[in-house]
Amino acid sequence: MAEEVLTAPLVLEYPFTRTTGPIIGSFLTGLREGVILGVKRSDGSVLCPPLEYDPDTSEELSELVPVQQTGTVITWTWNGAPRPQQPFSRPFAWAMILLDGAGTPMLHAVLVDGPEAMSTGMRVRVEWSSERQGHISDIAGFVPDDGAASTATEVPAEVEEVRSVRTPIRMEYTYTPGRSLSQYLRAMSEKRILGDRCPTTGQVFVPPRGVSPMTGTITDEMVELPDTGYVESFNVTRVPIKMRPDLTPPYVSAWIVLDGASVGFMGLVMNIEPEAVRIGMRVRAVWKPDNELEMSAQNILGWEPTGEDDEVVTDYERIGRVDQGGSQ
Amino acid sequence: MRDIAVVAFTQRQESAIPGESEVEFMVPLMEQAKQQVGLTQQEMGFTCSGSSDFLAGQAFSFVMTIDGTGPVPPISESHVEQDGAWALYEAWVKLQCGDIDTAFVYSYGKSSPGSLRDVLATQLDPYYVAPLWPDWYGLEALAARLMLEQGVVSEQQLAEIASRSREHAATNPHAVRRDRKSAADILLEEYVAEPLRPSDIPESADGGAVIVLAAGDRARELCDRPAWIRGIDHRSDAHTLGVRNLTSATSAVIAAQRAGVGNDKVDIAELHAPFSTSEALLISALGLDDRTVINPSGGALAANTMMASGLIRIGEAASRISAGEADRGVATATSGPCLQQNLVCVLEGE
Amino acid sequence: MAKEQAAVIGVGQTKYDTTYPGSMAGMLREAATKALAMADKTWADIDAVVMGKAPDFFEGVMMPEIYLAEALGCVGKPIMRVHTAGSVGGSTACVAASMIQSRVHRTVLTIGWEKQSESNAMWALSLPQPFATSVNAGAGGYFSPIIRRYMMMTEAPELIGCMVAFKDRQHALRNPQAHLHQPDLTFEQVVESPMLWDPIRYSETCPSSDGACAIVLTDEAGGEAHNGPVAWVKGTAMRSESNSYGGRNMVSPAASEECANDVFAQAGITDRRREIDAVEMYVPFSWYEPMWLESLGFADKGEGWKMVEQGATSIDGGDLPVNCSGGVLSSNPIGASGMIRFAEAAMQVMGIAGDHQVDGARTALGHAYGGGAQYYAMWIVGAEK
Repeated sequence: MAEEVLTAPLVLEYPFTRTTGPIIGSFLTGLREGVILGVKRSDGSVLCPPLEYDPDTSEELSELVPVQQTGTVITWTWNGAPRPQQPFSRPFAWAMILLDGAGTPMLHAVLVDGPEAMSTGMRVRVEWSSERQGHISDIAGFVPDDGAASTATEVPAEVEEVRSVRTPIRMEYTYTPGRSLSQYLRAMSEKRILGDRCPTTGQVFVPPRGVSPMTGTITDEMVELPDTGYVESFNVTRVPIKMRPDLTPPYVSAWIVLDGASVGFMGLVMNIEPEAVRIGMRVRAVWKPDNELEMSAQNILGWEPTGEDDEVVTDYERIGRVDQGGSQ
Repeated sequence: MRDIAVVAFTQRQESAIPGESEVEFMVPLMEQAKQQVGLTQQEMGFTCSGSSDFLAGQAFSFVMTIDGTGPVPPISESHVEQDGAWALYEAWVKLQCGDIDTAFVYSYGKSSPGSLRDVLATQLDPYYVAPLWPDWYGLEALAARLMLEQGVVSEQQLAEIASRSREHAATNPHAVRRDRKSAADILLEEYVAEPLRPSDIPESADGGAVIVLAAGDRARELCDRPAWIRGIDHRSDAHTLGVRNLTSATSAVIAAQRAGVGNDKVDIAELHAPFSTSEALLISALGLDDRTVINPSGGALAANTMMASGLIRIGEAASRISAGEADRGVATATSGPCLQQNLVCVLEGE
Repeated sequence: MAKEQAAVIGVGQTKYDTTYPGSMAGMLREAATKALAMADKTWADIDAVVMGKAPDFFEGVMMPEIYLAEALGCVGKPIMRVHTAGSVGGSTACVAASMIQSRVHRTVLTIGWEKQSESNAMWALSLPQPFATSVNAGAGGYFSPIIRRYMMMTEAPELIGCMVAFKDRQHALRNPQAHLHQPDLTFEQVVESPMLWDPIRYSETCPSSDGACAIVLTDEAGGEAHNGPVAWVKGTAMRSESNSYGGRNMVSPAASEECANDVFAQAGITDRRREIDAVEMYVPFSWYEPMWLESLGFADKGEGWKMVEQGATSIDGGDLPVNCSGGVLSSNPIGASGMIRFAEAAMQVMGIAGDHQVDGARTALGHAYGGGAQYYAMWIVGAEK
């Protein structure tokens, strides 16, 4: 019977900072100052928002000109269930809006009560955000034109130019580790280490990948491995890293080749001074206390020396073992 | 130009494949494709794949997936961060260089872990548009309204396209949205993004596909009836929606003309049209008429596997030619908002 | 029918730096317009664009070639996007060359770039992964154990890596485009810089850079007709392998050796050290120079470090100058880094490398690698066809 799929939330989030260059920077500066700028093409028409390069001729564009803060809806759609990062949390319309004085429409939100209040050709005006910082969201959105549009077209001369813009990204995923890694993690919760065996070469891979990286064939045989092995090679991290604030440098990360495995995998070496760690050193797993075990590779806190004689490593170019045919 | 043909095709598409990693679900497809032609990975002159890290939120996912090819000893290989149709194009170019006779192409995508509506917003202009996070249904709806208001297409026609997709998908085991529904019933659906209804938007799928290409006599050895690539071309349009004519797939028009779509009658067309509106635009861009069966697989409306849907269109068209069901077919692939970038491939039997 | 002969007729680079002050599009345009100007071409002359870059998470823009269509003159034209991890800049140039060699296109612009300042490398290269444990601290933590094996295998003196780092930083002073310009840096300072991923010191690592590098390629007739220096493409090769299997040679992976064998054979080169005049190789950590010298067949196994020690890879009197541009150790916009190697190799045989020109260079190798030292791209360019 198929086991329930392991899942975990995964959030990828970063506050990207983008330098803008002069055209985008001037447009965003304008927004901050309550003015909308477009850029003139060689035929005299105006692109708004201003593009840096002409889409037809590829030539560099540079002549910025103001456009009006009123315009006409060219096309629209109703967004009944806004996504978290969209301009409004209550339903709104997306629209292409041709601002008066511009030759091309821009995409933005229109805030009205419902789709019945939207129509192609309707007149709208800019609704500015109360706090503006030089960002496309300085335009909170558009509203039906009530005659209250600002007529500002001049960016004050002495203001500081926008040179960069923050555009945070947040994406939420449901991570699933896949078939073989799920088996590995379940076994981990029982203090067992699983690898999988290549049906052709007999090589044993840990963690299991579900496929032999040598032959590209599905590995259908899981192999339980002991929690002992040796250090194939290692790194001594001597500066703190953000992802592991719990680790105090210096500490040793090593490729550990388990007894019976053909390849090493990365683990922390502990309970020994970094200077005493050697290629070939025999180690065993240090597990979390039984009552703290979970479905995680973190159940193994690290690897400590067993005190046995070192493995003899001579072929320093090669990694892993070639002679691991297992029972073959 | 050398004669190059599709000689093998495998695919898998499901609404979600949560239990398997990308490499786990790709390996059986790769194995089947290699078995179809009796070649090992190392016997392939070139290997090229397509995928995107953003879909599943896993950086370098292609590094894990290459293990599925069995790249020991090493293989001559490349990867595009595009739909697999462009990987096929890169392989076709490589074959045109003349020093290899076979190529192995694959692509895959797993959209189910994330929200495609959010993820695809990160493709948009990063200064002016992406920070507003418009979703792709909304953007397509803007184009759709223009099309309706300018009389390029009617809601009835869109419903007929959506209905036909379901009708065809009903007999395609790889399709996901396979329940039949009449155009009249589709017109009763509530809008998702006015004027688009649920049947007008793509059914998202996880999955992937593999295609083997071969040149000249090698193709004839490997396949009883190779599907010969008679023309292939791809073009981009501007990214900025405001400067584009959204009621025409301009880049597809150029690519179709250069690929020679109109040189002869087209029996079947597999169009990578995520929306019913995109299908209407592509039919027009390629100059297709009633003589052509459109999307016999059900198309991307019935199963849209991001990063593989275009490659699957080529495979679907090729397999029908190889099966003798058609003599001449065309397949397309698209990328970017509102059909920004399009690839057109013309295939023929001998 | 034989392959069409491909020729480099234009190269353009931005100044590599911590932060490029313009937009992403502006950065690419700067490199592209410089390459077009050298090639004496306009945007209208370009048949297709092939772009390469490493993970999109760096800039948070998914498949950015889509947004860049206008900036790269691709409205109505083909644009492709290659991604083969760190080797991508090289692979991208190989793909662009194949478009000429196949006669599919006559003139192609290829461009590699990364704008790492939009996020940071630690985040973009080490995204969180549930259920897993992360101890290896990015690329340095991954490659340091391999370097340790090489050091044990060869019993190379401990400071060979520092010698490479110092040499490349000295070379960078001759290259106005290089990111790191450290005129006052002494060898002692390199040695005394802090250990990060022991045995890798801070000074033995590459910076995190913004930048773009572009190349214009054309066919034989175009190369013949070009009124300016030309680099003829004598061979291109790509190889990939798995990054983990028992018995894998991690110091000199099979993919590296096979890729090198392929590209040297295409160029008809038998005595690699003697026939190659300049090498631009991908050395993100200093010890990779001696390791690649061996893997690429310029030195016997275990002997690469001796070339470093003897100064053979220095532009000052070395017989095989390596990374005269300063290399990845001096500039590293990841998605461009491979293409910079290819472009700099071309510049050497075109005789336009300025202060870092190798006198009389006729044949040069451009080299890139990526992933877990598992993706390779190489090309050989020559002053003669």
